[in-house]
Amino acid sequence: MNRELKRVSFVVLAMFVTLFVSTSILTVFQADTLAADPRNQRVRQDSYLAQRGAILVAGQPIAQSVPSDDSYRYQRTYSNGPLYSSVTGFFPINGAPTGIEGALNEKLSGTSNAQFLDRVNAILTGKNPQGASVELTIDPVAQQAAYDALGDLQGAVVMLEPKTGKILAMVSKPDFDPNTLAGHDTTQVEKTYQSLLTAPGAPLKNRAIAGDLNFPGSTFKPIVFAAALGTGDFTKDSTLPDVATLPLPGTNSVVHNDNFGTCVGGGEVTITLALINSCNIPFAELGMKLGTKTIRKQAEAFGFNQSLKIPMPVTPSSYPDDYNEPQTALSAFGQASDRATPLQMAMVTAGIANGGKVMYPNLVQSIRSADLETTESFSPTVFNQATSAQTADTIASVMVDDVNRGVAGNARIDGVSVGGKTGTAENGPGQPYTLWFEGFAPADNPQYAIAVVVENGGGHGQSGVGNTVAAPIAKKVLEAVLSK
Amino acid sequence: MPPAVENARAAKGAAAGQAAPQAAGRIRLPAKLRNLELLLLLVACLINASAILLVQLGALKRVDFSLLYFGVALSVLVIGLHITMRIVAPNADPFILPIATVLNGLGIAEIYRIDLELHKSGWDSASVKQIAWTAIAIAIAIAVILIVRNHRFLQRYTYLFGLGAVILLLLPMIPGLGVTVYGARIWIALGPFSFQPGEIAKLALAVFFAGYLVQHRDSLSMVGRKVLGMRFPRWRDLGPILVLWAISMAVIVFQRDLGTGLLYFGLFLVMIYVATSRLSWVLLGLTLFVGGALIASQVLAYVGDRFQNWLDPFSQQVYNARGGSFQLVQGLFGIAYGGIIGTGLGEGRPATTPVAQSDYIVASLGEELGLAGLFAIFALYLLFVSRGLRIGFAGQDDFGKLLAVGLAFTLALQCFIVVGGITRVIPLTGLTTPFLAAGGSSLVANWIIVALLLRLSDTVRSQPRMVI
Repeated sequence: MNRELKRVSFVVLAMFVTLFVSTSILTVFQADTLAADPRNQRVRQDSYLAQRGAILVAGQPIAQSVPSDDSYRYQRTYSNGPLYSSVTGFFPINGAPTGIEGALNEKLSGTSNAQFLDRVNAILTGKNPQGASVELTIDPVAQQAAYDALGDLQGAVVMLEPKTGKILAMVSKPDFDPNTLAGHDTTQVEKTYQSLLTAPGAPLKNRAIAGDLNFPGSTFKPIVFAAALGTGDFTKDSTLPDVATLPLPGTNSVVHNDNFGTCVGGGEVTITLALINSCNIPFAELGMKLGTKTIRKQAEAFGFNQSLKIPMPVTPSSYPDDYNEPQTALSAFGQASDRATPLQMAMVTAGIANGGKVMYPNLVQSIRSADLETTESFSPTVFNQATSAQTADTIASVMVDDVNRGVAGNARIDGVSVGGKTGTAENGPGQPYTLWFEGFAPADNPQYAIAVVVENGGGHGQSGVGNTVAAPIAKKVLEAVLSK
Repeated sequence: MPPAVENARAAKGAAAGQAAPQAAGRIRLPAKLRNLELLLLLVACLINASAILLVQLGALKRVDFSLLYFGVALSVLVIGLHITMRIVAPNADPFILPIATVLNGLGIAEIYRIDLELHKSGWDSASVKQIAWTAIAIAIAIAVILIVRNHRFLQRYTYLFGLGAVILLLLPMIPGLGVTVYGARIWIALGPFSFQPGEIAKLALAVFFAGYLVQHRDSLSMVGRKVLGMRFPRWRDLGPILVLWAISMAVIVFQRDLGTGLLYFGLFLVMIYVATSRLSWVLLGLTLFVGGALIASQVLAYVGDRFQNWLDPFSQQVYNARGGSFQLVQGLFGIAYGGIIGTGLGEGRPATTPVAQSDYIVASLGEELGLAGLFAIFALYLLFVSRGLRIGFAGQDDFGKLLAVGLAFTLALQCFIVVGGITRVIPLTGLTTPFLAAGGSSLVANWIIVALLLRLSDTVRSQPRMVI
């Protein structure tokens, strides 16, 4: 019997060795993966033990952690919460933070690798560890103007500084108040979160950089224009047949201009006039002449089909690579399967205004440690030279003409030269239009590039156009920053 | 040495009569064993008191002496058991009682810690109940040591224990008496008290197996056909294993308790293997059980869920499902969060995991005491089990050997099933961690194991033929 007993002893030993090993694997090898899981509430709650850094706009905190009486020590509060909701995102107690709160979570909470020494120091001195503060590039005047100008419309505004890529304004409507999601009562937060998820207009979606992307419509035309000039086969005076209907090859569909007539009265039309009057047929013709590959290359040069981090991840705008000829024709005026974020269209405009040089868009000006020392600061980086300087300047001057005497007249500002392009994208039969404006000012030395999108027809169904709905919004924002 | 103890030893020596003076040179002096035990017990009580103080300092940032009074009361009871042994079982193993004490105390400290996190106090709190149950369990252990003066006394009632085990198993199925908790129907409720009779049935089964196997080992081991060099039993001898298999499966199907089914069957397999030294029984049994479990995982939704949770716990769908892997994953987070040295008692967040104080007590301790603490706890279990197996080695009668192995092995297997489930070695099943987990029936059963092992070890050592 003792022989069997000995074997049983080995089995028992093996069972316990298994447990020694399995617990070691968990605590030693899998610990990091498990700690990084967003469902790990323990790690999340830990982040409340340190005073989370503030998010600053022009030196003023728009999000900060203040001491609280409950077990979490700190309460995150957002001054002007709705105004900055699309920038800050929110910091929930039982979920993943979004916006800047999410993208710079490690810095704000003081847990990034670069802050390791600070943490050790905090432990040794017995002080509470503190996170770093983040100063944003946002211009409060631009942000407020964009917020007010959008009003109750569903849409977004993005304003960039063309020379640096700094994001000066980023507003998405409908908005939400991040304070309602930062409470410590998890059931209440969860309830608010669920109601925001299902609220009309999906306020938690940041339409400026994500959400369901829209057809860019005619705001895409400057890209095609740039592609055409870039080939060397076209100049701004190149002409195309001006017809009232264009049958698409291989289909029963026809393309119309917005006025259901010709662009300039028949015959031939220059591409410049086609852009100023925003005629679809010449651009469809131009698109088919250029071919889908040329257009795609130009679109990608401006940032389409590419992931960006500002530092929040931006949904890539898309110009697919599988268009056939009729789709290419439609894509040339921003339909087919073209999709764009307002940030992308602002980059296009900013690039044109900046001599073809697209700067990498960015929201963060600097990161400051708890003792207010700047540890990282933003320096402009070039995203891409999308067009030659000459091409860019040509397009810029056409866009100025578009505002001065074309179909973007509602963006005109007395005493300042503004360049711009409107867009009125169709979303299918009976569906309300998506209304766009992209532009820059002052034209002689562009300081601001802006893109406005208004979804859901701006409440006008299929009767609104970019110039009546989106352009006035851009005008208000530009006026606000120009008169500072 | 206190004179009273000296006297007790002398009295015992006189009662045992023969051979003591001659053997004194070779066998360890009983009083020495008991003195070692007393020393270890004091260390155990000190550890337990420190654990509770640390919990308070960690979670409350102050010391609250009310719980320490209970701790002192328990220590007095344990010392009472120790004194009882000085009188009626002076040769018993000196390690078993201190290990049980320290495990029980660590369990109370951690349960108390979770009560603090959940803001529970008084009779509402699991820790106060656990203290009361510990007192009851130790009192019962004292009674068992006093009543069972010789383990062979149990052998006489082999079949009565078998019948008792079946009745205890059936109790929760009686309408009005049995209650269903977390889907498992293994509790009975009597007024405000609830009890898991299966825990006691486990002991009755161990006694029954030992008695039955001693009687029938010859027919179970000698005869049968040889296939591939292995002797397989005759059809007619398959009866017992089939009955046991049926009982385990019935527990799984009707009481929806996978872990207990596995525990009973594992216990039986080890005991029949030790009794007959036929590996064929183990192969046969494992085949039957794995086959049954596979069918159950297909047929019974709850078993299928357990497998699913085991294989793919991190998928969002499994995580969010009803009966899904939420608890398992939170437990893994907890252990990983504790890391090597733990957060410190009272400094973690064990209550984030559901039922942190009972099924998940090991994960809670892992979180606060870290890998180091878990290793210490496993080492204590291993030591406890090895003391039991030693008694099996040294035992002179087959019944005693089998019983010791059975009791020690159920404890080991139970630890393996629980901790293996928590750390994803095997599918998670709801079993209690011996001595640590909140739950009265489990405490009573495990303290009876302590009493029986102490009694067995005393018997073994009192016969001076063999030195262990």
